[in-house]
Amino acid sequence: MLAYTIRRLLIIVPVLLGMTLIVFSIVHLIPGNPAQVILGETATEQQIAALEESMGINDPFFVQYGLYLADLAQGDLGTSLRTNSNISSEIVPRIAATFELTVFAMIFAIFVGVNAGIISAWKQNSWFDFLAMVFALVGVSMPVFWLALMEQWIFAQELGWLPSSGRQPSTDTIEPITHLFVLDSILHMDFERTFTILKHLVLPSIALGTIPMAIIARMTRSSMLEVMKSDYIRTIRAKGSGQFLVIYKHALRNATIPVLTVIGLQTGVLLGGAILTETIFSWPGIGRYVYEGINYRDYPVIQSGILVIAFIFVMINLIVDLLYAFIDPRIKY
Amino acid sequence: MNTKNEKQQLESVKVNPNNNNPEPISEPEEIEAISPWKDAFRQFRKSRLAIVGIIMISFFVVLAIVAPWLSPYGFDEQNLADRLAPPSSDYWLGADHLGRDILTRIAYGARISLMVGLVAVSGALFFGTILGVVSGYFGRWVDMLISRIFDILLAFPSILLAIAIVAILGPSLTNALIAIAIINIPIFGRLVRSKVISLREEEYIMAAKAQGMKNGRILIHHILPNSLAPIIVQATLGFGTAILEAAALGFLGLGAQPPTPEWGKMLSDSRDFIQLAPWTLIFPGVSIMLVVLGFNLIGDGLRDALDPKMKN
Repeated sequence: MLAYTIRRLLIIVPVLLGMTLIVFSIVHLIPGNPAQVILGETATEQQIAALEESMGINDPFFVQYGLYLADLAQGDLGTSLRTNSNISSEIVPRIAATFELTVFAMIFAIFVGVNAGIISAWKQNSWFDFLAMVFALVGVSMPVFWLALMEQWIFAQELGWLPSSGRQPSTDTIEPITHLFVLDSILHMDFERTFTILKHLVLPSIALGTIPMAIIARMTRSSMLEVMKSDYIRTIRAKGSGQFLVIYKHALRNATIPVLTVIGLQTGVLLGGAILTETIFSWPGIGRYVYEGINYRDYPVIQSGILVIAFIFVMINLIVDLLYAFIDPRIKY
Repeated sequence: MNTKNEKQQLESVKVNPNNNNPEPISEPEEIEAISPWKDAFRQFRKSRLAIVGIIMISFFVVLAIVAPWLSPYGFDEQNLADRLAPPSSDYWLGADHLGRDILTRIAYGARISLMVGLVAVSGALFFGTILGVVSGYFGRWVDMLISRIFDILLAFPSILLAIAIVAILGPSLTNALIAIAIINIPIFGRLVRSKVISLREEEYIMAAKAQGMKNGRILIHHILPNSLAPIIVQATLGFGTAILEAAALGFLGLGAQPPTPEWGKMLSDSRDFIQLAPWTLIFPGVSIMLVVLGFNLIGDGLRDALDPKMKN
């Protein structure tokens, strides 16, 4: 297990380096003069020269890359061209906002997806199975931003049940501690606010969680169907165990591995989908940060946003890989 | 080949759980000899959902072809007097905020989306297959290098990588296409590589080598044809994802530029009018969903038909 963990950690190093190289290249691969492109057509020559100077664009490529890595190692993500402030400090509350949203989306996706998959497998070929699988297929095929817009329209604007945007009412904001507002409101012992904040989370998490939910449901179903056919399940049944116990205690455990893989991969979908969902729900997370960066041609922000999201994705996949070996001791590498 | 096929059929009789009354295994000569591809085609035809998928895609293909004759309007023809007109006999699916006919725009949009799927998937398929075959067949440092590049590309959530590429190249439909093709290369590449690696050790490849067949010939005549099944499935499913990705880029303003009637762009243009004129958002969204659903249904059907393990 230890050897595996170390090997798995070592594999990450070239991946992370490659990622930084790609992200670093974003600015340098812009055709023509990057500083000109970033500043737009109205920029004066002095402005362009100043930006080139601050970007260090006149140094050789690998010198610049080396400096970039050195900055990254110190946690310095550069300066935003638009706000002129330090990206590292701007990005922290945004990471928290995205983290909160993705966690809730994942809870929704796993809870609904796994249970729907189990019931579908349990009652194979029933009307529930049929409906759940049709719903899952439609869920996989829907553009996440369209679902978000429809939700916003129906549940926020037409019915008025839930807030249509933001993390909290703009008139009454919370004093942040961890920047995870649900947690913060609990720490403040302000449970009424917790409820308000949870209400803000409902629509974006459902929009973001629907595709992973659908995929998890399909995977759980097929994985469970396979396990349910195996000999040991028949033995447990023959011993007279109740259906519920057989499924949730014995079968689910062995059906977990493929489901876990899917969950790991789906966090990538979630993090990518966050850009679209956050844009629609004005969620001040890292996805929206990247989107704003795109609109203002704020390349350092685009670079850092993409790098941070990709880094989180790599870490989650690392954790998932390590979990395999933990859950299923038969797995050896 | 025939004996292999017979074996498969016998197995499917033995293990089929839905068959309550399994017939005793009869003499092999009663089983008609059919090629695996024919068998797959039969399986595919039996899948009702896949047929539904084909009907859905055919509908959009026809829509895309007849777009210019479908309505009296052009896709960028503005009738400001009819802005946000609800669906009626003049505007079957309503009109948008500039008084443009939504049906016409959806029909022209179908051209764009289907073209995006076709071009992006073909591009990714072409380069992915080459890289995958080279990596899997030659192994060693070539494999190491290509696999690490795939790892790095796959380490980005795909839409993010697409955004990064478009940020470099500048927003346009062509650049969005290039970006979508690039992010799909490692998906095909890995698939082909794993298939090639498993085939490389097969006896018939050894036999071909022993006979003195050249690498290129072995690759083209033996390895590629035997890797086709999973590639076809992935390509079909890839159509759907490519269309979704293009719509997402369009929605973010990184894909097609106005007045191109790209579906994702149509959605972002109409965002502010959702309460006044929901049809401006409902129909383009439903179109994306149906096309993607169609490709997913076909892909699922193909997988069940081509993968003998999934037959039950």
